[in-house]
Amino acid sequence: MMNDLITMIAAKYNYWAFIVLMMIGLYAMIVKKNLVKKIIGMNIFQTSIILFYISVGAKESATIPIIAHGHQEGVIQATAYINPLPHVLMLTAIVVSVATLGVALALAIRVYNQYRTLEEDDIQSQINQI
Amino acid sequence: MTHQLPALIIIVPLMAALLITALSWINRKWCFTITCATFALSLAASVGVMIEVLENGVVSYRLGGWRPPIGIEFRIDHLNALVLLVIFSVALLNLFASRIKVQAHFPNKAGTFYALSVLFVTGLAGITITGDAFNLYVLLEITALTGYALIGMGQEHAPLAGLNYLIMGTIGASFYLLGVGFLYMMTGTLNMMELSKLLPELYDTRVVMFGFFLCLVGLFIKMALFPLHSWLPNAYTYMPTAASGLIASLTTKVMIYVMIRISLLVFTPAFSFGNAMLMTVLVWLAVIAIVAGSILALAQKSVTRMLTFIIIAEVGYMVGGFWLGNRDGVTGSILHIVNDAAMTLCLFLVAGSFRFRLDSDRFSELSGSFRHMPYTMIAFVVGALSIIGVPPTCGFFSKWYLIKGGLAAGSYHFVAALIFSSLINVILFFRIFEIGFFQTLPHGEPVSQAIPAARGIREAPRGMVISSLIAATSLIILGLSTNILVSRVIRFVF
Repeated sequence: MMNDLITMIAAKYNYWAFIVLMMIGLYAMIVKKNLVKKIIGMNIFQTSIILFYISVGAKESATIPIIAHGHQEGVIQATAYINPLPHVLMLTAIVVSVATLGVALALAIRVYNQYRTLEEDDIQSQINQI
Repeated sequence: MTHQLPALIIIVPLMAALLITALSWINRKWCFTITCATFALSLAASVGVMIEVLENGVVSYRLGGWRPPIGIEFRIDHLNALVLLVIFSVALLNLFASRIKVQAHFPNKAGTFYALSVLFVTGLAGITITGDAFNLYVLLEITALTGYALIGMGQEHAPLAGLNYLIMGTIGASFYLLGVGFLYMMTGTLNMMELSKLLPELYDTRVVMFGFFLCLVGLFIKMALFPLHSWLPNAYTYMPTAASGLIASLTTKVMIYVMIRISLLVFTPAFSFGNAMLMTVLVWLAVIAIVAGSILALAQKSVTRMLTFIIIAEVGYMVGGFWLGNRDGVTGSILHIVNDAAMTLCLFLVAGSFRFRLDSDRFSELSGSFRHMPYTMIAFVVGALSIIGVPPTCGFFSKWYLIKGGLAAGSYHFVAALIFSSLINVILFFRIFEIGFFQTLPHGEPVSQAIPAARGIREAPRGMVISSLIAATSLIILGLSTNILVSRVIRFVF
C-alpha cells in the first residue's frame, strides 16, 4: 500500500511538486492577514504554474533544443530535443508575473502610507472607525 | 489596405500609449487629443472589419505572415467584431466625459491616466480579436494590470481595493493559464482553431475536462460571478470616476465574451452543452448571483455602490442565459453583452456627474436633482428604465430573449430570478427618482427649491451631459435595432 503510493508520487513527482507549491501559494493568499505575505503567496502560486509548463516540455534523455552546427546533417530527431515552446511561453509569463509583483508592491506602498500598517485586521478596524 | 485593418485595431492604441507617455513630459494638452484620435481610428478600423465580416464572413489575419499553427492569428467573426465595436464606442464616449474629471482630480497625472486607459482598451480589444489561447492570457493580464493601476488612482480606500482585486484577478488569470496548459499538454497547440480541430477526439479524457473546467473557473473569478465577486464592489466604488465608465462597463462583459468564445469555438457546443450536470449547476449559480446581487443592491446607500451590485446580478443574467444552451438563451446572452455595456456606461457616467457636482452620490444628497440637473437626470431615467427592462429600451429585448430561452429550456427558476431582479430594480431606481423629484425637508419646505441652490448644485459640465445623453439615446436605438442585430450578426454565432 505504502509502496504503491510512493511509486505513484515518484512516477509523476514534477506534477506533485507543482501542486504542492500551488497549494502553498493559495493558502498564503487566502489565510495570511499581512498584505506582503499575500503578495508572496501570489508569486509562489504563479511560479508553480511556470514550473508546470516547463515540466510539460521535458522529455526523457533529451537535450536542450539547440542543433549543433554541422553536427547533424539530414534528419533531426524531435525526440532528441526537449520541447522549447513552453519555455518561450513561460518567458512571457515570467514578465507578466514580475509586472504583477511590481504593481502589487506599488499598491502595498500606497496602502502603507495611507493606514501606516500592512495588517488587514488593523486596516479593517481603521476603516470601520471612520 | 483593408486587409491590414485587424492589425491596426491593436497597433494604433499600443503605439499611442507610448506616444502619450512621452508627450506628457513635454506638453500635457496633447494627451487628450491623441487619445481621442486613437480611439476614433480604432473604432473606424473595427467598423471596417465589421463590414468585411458582414460581407465575406470570418476574417483571419496572420501576424508577420506566419501560418496560424506556428504564428499568432487574429480571427474576427461576427461575435468579436460586435464586441470590438462596443469596446471602442464605450471608450470614446467615456473619454469625452472624463476630460473635465481628469483636469479636476489629477491634472498632473493626465498623461499617465490617458496612457493607462489606452493600454487598457488595447488589452480588451486584443482579448477580443486574438485567435491564440496563450496570447489571450497575456492580453488578459495587460488589461488587468492597467485596470489595477487605474483603480489605484482613485480616492479613499482605492489602493486597498485595487490590491484585493489584484490578488483575486491574478488567481483567476493563473487558473485560466493552467487550464490552457492542460489543453496544450494534450494537443500540442495553442491556436484556437487548431484546438477545436484536435480536441473532439480527446473529449473523454479527464485532462481535457479538467482544463476546460479550470479555464471556466478562472474566467468566473475575472467576471465576478456571485460567490467569487468579493473584489468587485470596493474596486468599482473607489476607482476614479474618469475611469469608471470604461472599466465597469467593459471588463465583466469582455470576460463573458471569452467564456462564450472558449465554450463555443475552442470547444464545440456539443461538448459544452452536452454535459447536463454542468449546465444545471451553472444556471443555478447564475440564479443565485442574480438574486444575491439584487438583494445586496437593496442594502446600499450610494448610487455607484448600488450599481456595482447590479453589475453582479447582470453577470448572472449573461452566464445563466448562455448555459441554458439553447438558441434564445445564447442570443439573449450575447445581446445582453452589448446592451449591458451601454446601460452600465450610461449609469456610471451619470453617477460620475453626481460625484463631480455633489462630491458624493449618496441617495440623501440627490434631493432636488431633477430640478437642477435635468439633462443628467433624463439620461439617468432612461438608463434606469433599461436596467429594469421597459420597452423600447434595449434592456427589455435582451431580457425577453433570456426569458424565452429559460422557458424553452424549462429552467423556471432562472425565469423567476430574472423577474425578481427586475422588480427589485424597480424599487431601487424609483426610490432614487422619489428622492430626486419629491423629497421635502422635515418642516415641509420642498428641498428642491431651497437646499440645492445653496449647495451650488447645477447641471454637470457640457462634456459629461452630452456623453450621458448619447449613451442614453444609444439605449433606445439599440433597443429599436434589436432585430437587425440578431438577424444580421448574432444569428451566425450559434
